[in-house]
Amino acid sequence: MSKPLVRPKRKNPLQRTRLPLLPHGQRSRTAHGLTLAAAQGRFALQVCDDCSKTIYPPRDACPYCLGAHLPFKDVVPDGRLIAETTVRISTDPYFRERTPWRVGTVQLDAGPLVIAHLHGDTVEGERVRLSLKIDKSGAAVMVALPAVETADMQADPILREMTCDPQFRRVLITDGRTAVGQAMAKAFCEAGASIVFVGIANAWKPYPGMQTLAGLDQVEIVPLDLTDSQSVTDLAGQNGGRIDIIVNTAEHVRAGGIIGRDGISEARDAMDMRYFGLMRLAQAFGPALRFRGADGQSSATAFVNLLSVHALMNWPAFGAHCAAEAACLSAAQCLRAELRPGGVKVLNAFFGPLETEWFQTVPPPKLAPSALAKAVVNALKQGLEDVFVGDIAQDIRERLAANPKALERELGEG
Amino acid sequence: MALPARTARTSYDTVVACAPVTVPYTRFSPESAAWWIGRALHGLLAQSGLQIKDLDGFALSSFTAGPDTAIGLTQHLGLTPRWLDHIPLGGASAVVALRRAARAVQAGDADIVACVAADTNHVDSFRKTLSTFSRFAQDAVYPYGSGGPNASFALITKNYMNMFGATREDFGKICVAQRDNALAHPLALMKQKLTLEAYLAARPIADPIHLFDCVMPCAGAEAFLVCREETARSLGLKTVRILSTIERHNAFPEDPVQIRGGWAMDVDDLWGMAGVTPDSIDFVETYDDYPVISMMQFEDLGFCKKGEGPDFVRSHSLTNDGSFPHNTSGGQLSVGQAGAAGGFLGLVEAIRQLTDSALGTPVPQARLGLVSGFGMINYDRGLSSCAAILARSA
Amino acid sequence: MSAPDLLAFAHAVASGAVRVIDLTQTLSPDFPTIALPPEFGQCAPFRLEEVSRYDARGPAWYWNNFTVGEHTGTHFDAPIHWVSGKDLPDNAVDTIPPHNFIAPAVVIDCSAQSAKDADFTLQVADLLAWEADHGRIPAGNWVLLRTDWSKKSYADFAGLRDDGAHTPGPAPEAVRWLVEERDVLGFGTETIGTDAGQAHHFNPPYPAHFYMHGKGRFGLQCLTNLDQLPPTGVVIVAAPLKIRQGSGSPLRVLALVGATETGR
Repeated sequence: MSKPLVRPKRKNPLQRTRLPLLPHGQRSRTAHGLTLAAAQGRFALQVCDDCSKTIYPPRDACPYCLGAHLPFKDVVPDGRLIAETTVRISTDPYFRERTPWRVGTVQLDAGPLVIAHLHGDTVEGERVRLSLKIDKSGAAVMVALPAVETADMQADPILREMTCDPQFRRVLITDGRTAVGQAMAKAFCEAGASIVFVGIANAWKPYPGMQTLAGLDQVEIVPLDLTDSQSVTDLAGQNGGRIDIIVNTAEHVRAGGIIGRDGISEARDAMDMRYFGLMRLAQAFGPALRFRGADGQSSATAFVNLLSVHALMNWPAFGAHCAAEAACLSAAQCLRAELRPGGVKVLNAFFGPLETEWFQTVPPPKLAPSALAKAVVNALKQGLEDVFVGDIAQDIRERLAANPKALERELGEG
Repeated sequence: MALPARTARTSYDTVVACAPVTVPYTRFSPESAAWWIGRALHGLLAQSGLQIKDLDGFALSSFTAGPDTAIGLTQHLGLTPRWLDHIPLGGASAVVALRRAARAVQAGDADIVACVAADTNHVDSFRKTLSTFSRFAQDAVYPYGSGGPNASFALITKNYMNMFGATREDFGKICVAQRDNALAHPLALMKQKLTLEAYLAARPIADPIHLFDCVMPCAGAEAFLVCREETARSLGLKTVRILSTIERHNAFPEDPVQIRGGWAMDVDDLWGMAGVTPDSIDFVETYDDYPVISMMQFEDLGFCKKGEGPDFVRSHSLTNDGSFPHNTSGGQLSVGQAGAAGGFLGLVEAIRQLTDSALGTPVPQARLGLVSGFGMINYDRGLSSCAAILARSA
Repeated sequence: MSAPDLLAFAHAVASGAVRVIDLTQTLSPDFPTIALPPEFGQCAPFRLEEVSRYDARGPAWYWNNFTVGEHTGTHFDAPIHWVSGKDLPDNAVDTIPPHNFIAPAVVIDCSAQSAKDADFTLQVADLLAWEADHGRIPAGNWVLLRTDWSKKSYADFAGLRDDGAHTPGPAPEAVRWLVEERDVLGFGTETIGTDAGQAHHFNPPYPAHFYMHGKGRFGLQCLTNLDQLPPTGVVIVAAPLKIRQGSGSPLRVLALVGATETGR
């Protein structure tokens, strides 16, 4: 059984911070089919279109029939751990400081043989369930989990290394004025975060939910205005070195498209809050996050972007808003590459209209802020990179994959 | 569609192997692979009295010659061959080079083929080689603990132990016997006697692999010549005849974990072509990276049945002066693994044993030797296997 | 009248015989701006972005770009700011005749009443009472309402509650009286606007804006240091930026006071 995590001792301030190292992250183009699945928490392997055989490691021709069409499809991840070893000597600097490290050979029911990282509760000869995870390098790896959930299994060191569990981590929620920001604060408190810093801009301006928010045990209200570079820099200067997860809850939702609005003031505000806000956050907090990517059990681990799913395809009813969201998505992709050397993940949570005042006139289904918060915490626990929360987000993702042009027309029709 | 029956294999006639060369190994070397290849060729010329221009065939195996391959090295080394091969098969390189060169000589495509395997070992070569060894290694092995071949063979060893009841003591016996053989071998890097107690007490590397199950990567080169018997005789070289060879790649892909190599597919052909039986063999040179693979070779090459490897080991001394002399120079486990040259070690040693030129303890009255090769852990198992039966020339 | 001796005036400033009191709040990002419902366009807060600071972006020099709304920080309201003044001549900051930017002022001290009641509303009676003490408010004067609001924390300064802002300001009748009966130049306050926090409920709403700008008069808000001014005998220098068709502008507001004249 995994041992439950214990609250880490306070770090000796005189101790040198261990610098991040990464496992080998290079993959063939085809192998990134696994990265795609892992990013979304799916288990997918190549399945030959011609002979239906399941194939691993990733190939460019089927070894059974030489078929060339080998799409990644969701596959039952169950199998048996045939043989295991504990690597005690590794040639790789990343693993050298993490040995002993268990790996094993898993025979999947679907056919292939898989070399996998072993969760501490797996037993040689017994059934296991494989999971695709994104490791610190940003590449997908196979992790064998016990077939049946075990107590405290999330605390397993190998799993902790591949995921961003908020437990005993310090979180910054950048905007606590919004319903989403407050739901996030609550969810992260419940997930066992040790401190939840919640940013409040213009503290002189009262806001609904203020008392409840300040009343949460782990919550510490901090002044933070994402539209003010100095404010962001000031907070980073004070707390940047002890924040492990950043959740950017800043929002700026206004209805309306491009032609129909007078001038750009509102659009500029949106860009200032969302795109430049993200950039200010990343510039101020990014270096410390990246530096602390291997800083013990509660290392810096994730930067969370909350994005309208319409960042992927504009919804003209909220057209200018979507454009700002698209800018954030693009910046998040850049940030992902820039945080990777620290082994820090960027999680993009996509969602449709929320059950908030700015989507008051939009018909259901709408997503409750608490559901979004729950999904984000869950995605961090799983170590995902992309999560689509709620029916609308799922729907848009599928329609986008099926035919982006059709989706563009459909969204344009209102 | 019915394919016609396989034609019977023709013999290698009077094609022989000769002029065994070893460029003494070093743990690390600042020199390039080209330097080591050059020293090996130089050794061939020194031993044979040939000149460079006489080498009209060149077969090369090297992991560290990059970005060059055999063709670039012809210009680097001043060779003008009319037959050229680059054999990237690691531990299977020697037998494959031998059988290809032999057919070339037999057919008149070349007269004298220099077969060379050489690798340097810079301080960081091994790690760099591992991460880029193969696409499957990059995609599906190296990111998992980066234990290298130790981890891959640990899984194979563990599975073999689970299935057939082999113990660490059995593997230890192979390693200890080889060390005994190596103590008389002047070029072995391992100079100290190994006891079973020390073997068992060694630090774990990747369970159940412990320190003395692992070869030591080093720099070095091995080489030999393939030519017609009369050519060798004119040069005053002692020769060995090639009775039979086999080669197989990616055998038994359906086995979940490797418990046998391609030898098992071709073993009847090996003995049939040679016209001899296992009990007539005087010594065996297996590819011994790691001892479990040697044990599999005993089984797959017909010395015992599948699963009887442990018992077979328990019932033989495996030393040069005892029963079933095995890896008579000490093998890679004691001499060191100089990259692809590790694949040549057994063949070069066999030529020496069969030409009365052993550097260490000779196997008494050695007339027939079996050399086996194994190589290329692409993903979870070694893909290439090969073997040759060699005989003392009349 | 003979030309005044401007050099003597300059000497008096330099010697301290004429004191210069800065009535300006520092422009900073966190200074409260007026809060409107979020669906309306918003007044941009002050923002500073460094261009370079003796670094790779400019090795020998330090400078910033700033963005700011016309009605952010200590600022000037021109008549064009309000719909009631939109058609007046010379109603924008670039066209207002510049002599208006130097003018005398009277200071009405309502700090005591405001301390008791954040919704204190200045009535005509209060003005008459002031005149009883200090004499008639002369035409062409700024009327500055002292509430000591500039000394409050930002939260109290903004005074936001569930039903909006609660800050002191003038009653409609008082503004109308100042414009029509006393012909004042403008109205100045320490609070975030010239009108009271609850002035959207007045009739007309926002009377200081409605009447002052409707008659071509000006506004000053977010003033500070009014407690250092005497009730009379003050000269205000308040020249807004010359923004084409600007409705107002942040500015430096200076008060000139004779050395012997002090506030309370």
